[in-house]
Amino acid sequence: MSDISYREITRNGLWDNNPALVQLLGLCPLLAVTGSVVNALGLGLATLVVLAGSNATVSLIRHRVTDAVRIPAFVMIIATFTTCTEMLMKAYTYELYQILGIFIPLIVTNCTILGRAEAFASKNSIVPAIADGVLMGAGFGAVLLVLGAIREVLGSGTLFANMDLLFGPAAADWSLQIFGEGYGFLVAILPPGAFLITGLLIAMKNAIDARAKLKRDALKAKPVKGAKRVRTTGSVQ
Amino acid sequence: MALQRITSPHMHAAQTTQRVMQLLLLATVPGLIALSWHFGWGSLINIAIASVTALVCEASIVALRKRPVWFYLHDCSALVTAVLIGLALPPLVPWWVVVVGTAFAIIIAKHLYGGMGYNPFNPAMVGYVVLLISFPIEMTTWPVAQSILPEGKVLPGLGESLQIVFQFSGTAIDGYTAATPLDSFKHSSGLLVEQFYDQNVWFVNGRWAGAGWEWVNLGFFAGGCFLLYQRVFTWHAPVAMLTTLTIMAWLNYDGGSSGSHGPATLHLLSGATMLGAFFIVTDPVTSAVSNRGRLIYGALTGILIFVIRAWGNYPDAVAFAVLLMNFAAPFIDYYTLPRTYGHDKRNRGTATLDASKQDTAKKD
Repeated sequence: MSDISYREITRNGLWDNNPALVQLLGLCPLLAVTGSVVNALGLGLATLVVLAGSNATVSLIRHRVTDAVRIPAFVMIIATFTTCTEMLMKAYTYELYQILGIFIPLIVTNCTILGRAEAFASKNSIVPAIADGVLMGAGFGAVLLVLGAIREVLGSGTLFANMDLLFGPAAADWSLQIFGEGYGFLVAILPPGAFLITGLLIAMKNAIDARAKLKRDALKAKPVKGAKRVRTTGSVQ
Repeated sequence: MALQRITSPHMHAAQTTQRVMQLLLLATVPGLIALSWHFGWGSLINIAIASVTALVCEASIVALRKRPVWFYLHDCSALVTAVLIGLALPPLVPWWVVVVGTAFAIIIAKHLYGGMGYNPFNPAMVGYVVLLISFPIEMTTWPVAQSILPEGKVLPGLGESLQIVFQFSGTAIDGYTAATPLDSFKHSSGLLVEQFYDQNVWFVNGRWAGAGWEWVNLGFFAGGCFLLYQRVFTWHAPVAMLTTLTIMAWLNYDGGSSGSHGPATLHLLSGATMLGAFFIVTDPVTSAVSNRGRLIYGALTGILIFVIRAWGNYPDAVAFAVLLMNFAAPFIDYYTLPRTYGHDKRNRGTATLDASKQDTAKKD
């Protein structure tokens, strides 16, 4: 794997092989914490940091670790980065850390991270591995963000509420009230809403892909030149 | 003489989808009359709003799916969903609650799963449950029955009901609402059943299952019997459901202590029991297919209804029980395949595995 195309890594991470919409990995945090934008963004960033860090480390040690012990080694590395992230969040965004709760330590069990370590980082050199980690994390985070935004707007009628938990007091007035004060559509915030909206997002991605494919095929199919002869004998093969 | 070659099926059902649905609509009339008699205009308004929403949603989705619009509107299935939602919702609930529930039922629970005949979950119940968990306050404010209102007070008339539903004026529904019999029974902790029945306003005027409610349930029971007589569905699922519900209530009733879960009459004639037994559990699409399957399906629904009512957080349980059993219906079908004509034994779900084992045993 010498000819790594960064364009391909980008495309894979953000769209073609998106961890949340295509591989359907890491669904537990995806469904559990995306009740608002700030939660989604917090967890998305944490996952991105862990992914990039673990991919880089796994890539560095890929020639030293034997096949037999590689999974425990990867998990140890991922756990280390998760613990670091957890401590960082505890230090700088304590309230958000409390809201996300168990889902920060649970980043260890996010299959995306182990999956990327196994499928990409253990076979590539460090720079592409970091790029892959960052872009996969960005793809995952983007889906979290979209899902969080939709659920926050539908469920509680606000957007960007409580952003000061992540960006400090300056962000306290970013909150937008989309619907009236008394608005609330609880099902969007509860787990069923998460499943439904994730399903609709996946359907939307598939629809966009199908439409793009149709367009590509239409461009590819060039009109046949020359005279066409109507077959009068023989069988159609 | 040339023999005509006709392919199967050789027997035709006399009933088309449209006729079945129209019979269903007709059968809801006694229950609807009882609801309107005791709780005012609310249910009729609910049904009107739900019907309009359902027809609009059905037409637009069918058009979007490039199917014949008139053909699908014509079979009345959307109307049945709408009427069931309208009957299940509390009277005088705000209009947008009805619209959201019906739209969810038709668009997401019915058409996203493939439309008429393909939905794994009963659309009306999905709509109801979405509303119940989304708008708990609106969904648990039932008006009180006319017969237990204080002297000189009457339920709002048609004009006032419309004002409440469409929230034109500040007319509040609060003056007319109370916890339902099942709900008040659930929170009657510390009282003997006899004491509670003597004190609670619902039971002073309605000994069986709360004033008004018992008549509503008897109305739906009458409608259900009419449908049975018309052979719209078989007796298996409703009878099984009501039987297990009775048995469960009877087994868990200790004669009226403060911790008892209520006598069987309360469970049979209160809440949505009869509506569920004859109009929801009998849904041909989302329930089990064979007669044995329907017996199992109905029986388990009855048990679940009692379990959720007695030990769950919600006062009524028909919608949750039905949705849970909808999950199980394909599984029940898998193990209750009837004997095929011409075969000696029923085909079991595991038959292929057994047969292959026997074959290998013979070879050995």
